[in-house]
Amino acid sequence: MIAPPKPDLVTVNIDGKEIAVPKGTNVIEAARLVNVDVPHYCYHPKLSIVGNCRMCLIEMGMPAVDPATKAPIMDPATGKQKINWIPRPQIGCGTNVSPGLHVKTTSPMVKDAREGVMEFLLINHPLDCPICDQAGECKLQEQSTGYGRGYSRFVEQKNVKPKRTQLGPRVTLDDERCILCSRCIRFSKEIAKDDVLGFVDRGSYSTLTCFPGKQLANNYSLNTVDICPVGALTSTDFRFKMRVWFLKQTNSIDTETSVGANTVVWSREGQIYRITPRRNDDVNDTWMPDSGRELFKALKAPDRLTSAETVDALVARAAEVFKQGPVAVVGSGRSSVEEQFLTKKLAAALKATTALVSRVGQGDKLLVSADKNPNVRGALVTGLIAALPSQKLTDLAASIDAGKVKVVVSVGEDLAAAGLTAAQLAKVAIVYLGTHANATSAAAKVVLPTLSVFEKNGTFVNQQFRLQKFAQAVPGPQGATNDLIVLAKLAAAAGATVASDLGSVWKLLAAEIPNLAPITYANLPETGLLLDATPFAALPFVEGETLHFKPAVAGAAVAAKA
Amino acid sequence: MNLKPATLQSIDEVITHYPVKRSATLPLLHLIQEDIGYLPPDTCEWVAAKLELQPINVLEVVTFYPMFRQKPIGRRHIKVCRTLSCALMGGYKTCEQFEKEFNTHRGEVSPDGEVTVDFVECLASCGTAPVVLIDDDLHEKVDCAKAKQLSDQIKAEAKKR
Amino acid sequence: MAAPAQRRIIFQHIDEAGYSNDIGCYVRHGGYEVLKKAVTRKPEELIDEVKKSGLRGRGGAGFPCGVKWGLVDRKSGKPIYLIVNADESEPGTFKDRYIMHQDPHQLIEGTMISCFANNVKQAYIYIRGEMPHGARILEKAIAEARAAGFVGKNILGTTYSCDIFVHRGAGAYICGEETGLIESLEGKRANPRIKPPYFPAVLGLYQCPTIVNNVETLCHVKYIAEHGGEAYAKIGTPNNTGTRIFCVSGHVQRPGYYEFEAGKITMGQLLNEVCGGPLPGRKFKAVIPGGSSAKILRFGERFKGKRKVGAEMVDYDWGVEDVPMDFDSLGMIGTMGGSGGVIVMDDTVNMVEALANINAFYSHESCGQCTPCREGSLWMKKITTRMVHGQARNEDAALLKSVADQIPGRTICAFGEACSWPTQSFIAKFGDEFKSYPETKKTAKPAGAHELV
Repeated sequence: MIAPPKPDLVTVNIDGKEIAVPKGTNVIEAARLVNVDVPHYCYHPKLSIVGNCRMCLIEMGMPAVDPATKAPIMDPATGKQKINWIPRPQIGCGTNVSPGLHVKTTSPMVKDAREGVMEFLLINHPLDCPICDQAGECKLQEQSTGYGRGYSRFVEQKNVKPKRTQLGPRVTLDDERCILCSRCIRFSKEIAKDDVLGFVDRGSYSTLTCFPGKQLANNYSLNTVDICPVGALTSTDFRFKMRVWFLKQTNSIDTETSVGANTVVWSREGQIYRITPRRNDDVNDTWMPDSGRELFKALKAPDRLTSAETVDALVARAAEVFKQGPVAVVGSGRSSVEEQFLTKKLAAALKATTALVSRVGQGDKLLVSADKNPNVRGALVTGLIAALPSQKLTDLAASIDAGKVKVVVSVGEDLAAAGLTAAQLAKVAIVYLGTHANATSAAAKVVLPTLSVFEKNGTFVNQQFRLQKFAQAVPGPQGATNDLIVLAKLAAAAGATVASDLGSVWKLLAAEIPNLAPITYANLPETGLLLDATPFAALPFVEGETLHFKPAVAGAAVAAKA
Repeated sequence: MNLKPATLQSIDEVITHYPVKRSATLPLLHLIQEDIGYLPPDTCEWVAAKLELQPINVLEVVTFYPMFRQKPIGRRHIKVCRTLSCALMGGYKTCEQFEKEFNTHRGEVSPDGEVTVDFVECLASCGTAPVVLIDDDLHEKVDCAKAKQLSDQIKAEAKKR
Repeated sequence: MAAPAQRRIIFQHIDEAGYSNDIGCYVRHGGYEVLKKAVTRKPEELIDEVKKSGLRGRGGAGFPCGVKWGLVDRKSGKPIYLIVNADESEPGTFKDRYIMHQDPHQLIEGTMISCFANNVKQAYIYIRGEMPHGARILEKAIAEARAAGFVGKNILGTTYSCDIFVHRGAGAYICGEETGLIESLEGKRANPRIKPPYFPAVLGLYQCPTIVNNVETLCHVKYIAEHGGEAYAKIGTPNNTGTRIFCVSGHVQRPGYYEFEAGKITMGQLLNEVCGGPLPGRKFKAVIPGGSSAKILRFGERFKGKRKVGAEMVDYDWGVEDVPMDFDSLGMIGTMGGSGGVIVMDDTVNMVEALANINAFYSHESCGQCTPCREGSLWMKKITTRMVHGQARNEDAALLKSVADQIPGRTICAFGEACSWPTQSFIAKFGDEFKSYPETKKTAKPAGAHELV
């Protein structure tokens, strides 16, 4: 692990508390570090600063110096340097720290300014919280508690603006709720690079709109919903499904590609309602692709695999199959690190060859990479594979044709999709572990239903060689078993004893793999840990550049294109 | 977009005035409006393509500045100043007089298609209030009598056509 | 005391019989001689003259021009731009219009001297869209000046090159705010920028150092380059040097523009002697001294305090008529000289209705970017319009004041002050009239009163 360079620190005083913060930090972020909340709407740490909502007004001052001699002017009352307070409030978002900066966030001037802004934001707002999907996570709702008047002095007609506009396939807009903070516009322009949103008209009649005939349809559109501080932009899918305060939040990882965007899974009583991004400044900032938010829908799909037989009965049948001859194991880049490790143990017990199936597609330079497997690097780190996988199992096909392999254990991989013909599949006995039905499960002698990423704990290694963990959000369906248990039982049937619980598996991992030595599942930070990538530096990985990722091997991205 | 060759020439010329093409947004919108009389529906896309922008960038501008109009207006545009100095000298009556003369309401095209009467904000000629801008020409001290006289002129010109 | 005579240095040829706006006429009257001399001098010398002159910007804020030029980042290596703010739109102000229409070469000469002094690469004249003839006149004048070698490549045979282009606005008051103007010139909505970091002198047009000067200010620069900063500083009064053009409108006998030495004429002299006093049978009631955003003065109120005269502090006790017309004196009594637009209201005017008119203007012109101005300006408009056309309530005065108090000092640009000062001052000075308005409404309007909203 490489330590980041030490930033230049600047000492500031916020509400009487001194703190050293990196140069270039703004007052909102500096205050956060001393647990002082500076309310705001338009400011977002990952977007440009516009200072338009005026909610983050603070009182600020600088130590007094004699203009001629530059000598500090002391305050006899306190014995400290006098502070020259600026008589008008300043925006916290647009004010960067400077040495000796003093900030007041609780003074009468600040309180008055916040209350004024709060009232202004509410006069033309419909105040329709009971039918607003943002309720519970609405900054307007939240801050009106702290700075609201509790009643309205506004007796005039409110402005009328468009309601329930479909901005795109996934986002609904209510313009009357919009407070014109421009976060969504800036996100679309600066991050998604899809400049379709803007304000039309002027003054209080300014209205957020998508250019007529265009749609907010890019694969990041739902991030505008996440960052909308009010109920103006809501998710068409999640709208009116559930009040957010009833939902349990579980940290997870987007498994679409090797980017490994950090996510939160929102569930209640075993049902997932939505997935949102979780901030990780080294991986996905505060964003995630729309496509990754849909993944939970597969859990309840009709082709979900379950079994009426017990796992032990299924394993016993598999053990019979193993006796039919030489075995090959097809592991998966979609399995967790722990599962890949047990897959390796299983293969060793079966004296089987191992392979992995590569999935390569288009990256989008943001949070979708070219490698559609979330955990190819996990297979490298655990030693399940030594070289990068290919998309077709040509070696395995040849071995089957040559009669050298009689049994194939597939960990969730559709062998037909990976290039094996129906004739080749017919020549072998297949043991299939997986979550959903496909041609391979249909052809398998034994099918062991397992769990999805949302139903279990584990870790992945993303394209940066960052080990990141995910946790169980909901229980798996009846008739499906945790992959680790299935793999451990299969290994036992093949004569090897391995642990099947995460804690014990990690003890083994730490003992056998030096790169993972200091780590346990429990102490792995929520934002992950960078592993030593040098052993794999020469491998031609397929990913091109994405957010916070540059390919280590210069030729790799080019090779991926070709 | 069906623009006159002279307009297209002016458009290409005015873009050279700026190191950044986007700066030519307002000039292009003025030129198109002068040519066609208003900004037709494909204006934003056309200007955006010309200046290497996104159409929303142009729409934001079109709707911000009141002088740009997205609908056709009458043959003559009568803009009466509404702001304080003119109002103090009878600007509201002046506006009503024009509305009466052409049997129309502010912001609408008169039934004969001859004029659109609008109230606009300060025209910066407060010393000769009330003032009225008819197309490009400023008329000063336009009381009701003068408003009638100007209306008669417009009507007479219309008859000649 | 009789009013002093006008001193026309900027408006010398305005409305002069036989004076035309072509270059021939300008040169016959000695035009471009100052530029010819200026380009033989060191640019720093010219900047120094402007600093010595004490010239304060004539756009409204009265910021010292020399200081503004001194703030320009000259080390960035980026080109420096100069923008002529010809977006004259503060209600009550109508001086730049005459310079541009009748004496455009005076502006061009002043602009080129300023460009040369500041090593400006490119100048733009941002003229408001409602002056189409003005734009054409300026374009023609620039073409004439270019042909004569005063503008463009290698002016007057020197190595210095700088062109001027005219850029038309399209009906947005906020473009008078310099960073809003810059956004507009960049082809965007005229949303003013946050300062810091976007000070025009450092990060202006195209993120390059930029000078934005008012039309009249640049004409003063021409005069300063001709006569020297020290000579200029002797005109007017200390810290309020040079002349001021007063644009008088509303209820006086002779509205119009008048150029006087700053601070040498009082409000009373200007309105009663120069402008002929109130209309027959009327009395002055109120005056807004510096464009409609300036705080209103009520005839009959008195201002007391101490002020500096020379080195001494002396007491003053002024009525509105006694106030010297300069930045500092008007500032002292709680209003401002602003852009020089003096709007006079007589006793036929109801102040609730006058404020409703002003509030309609500012709410229409708010760019809508930041909350207090966007929401506050429209709220104030809705209240005052309702008072006039709907139900007026006794508590509306207090509500109006409270709304107005929540705006200034909390916005991105000075529009927050501009839109709230009228309400604040109308309520402060005429609060009784607001409170009694529900009753007043029921009575007949005074003869000669006009509808205002």
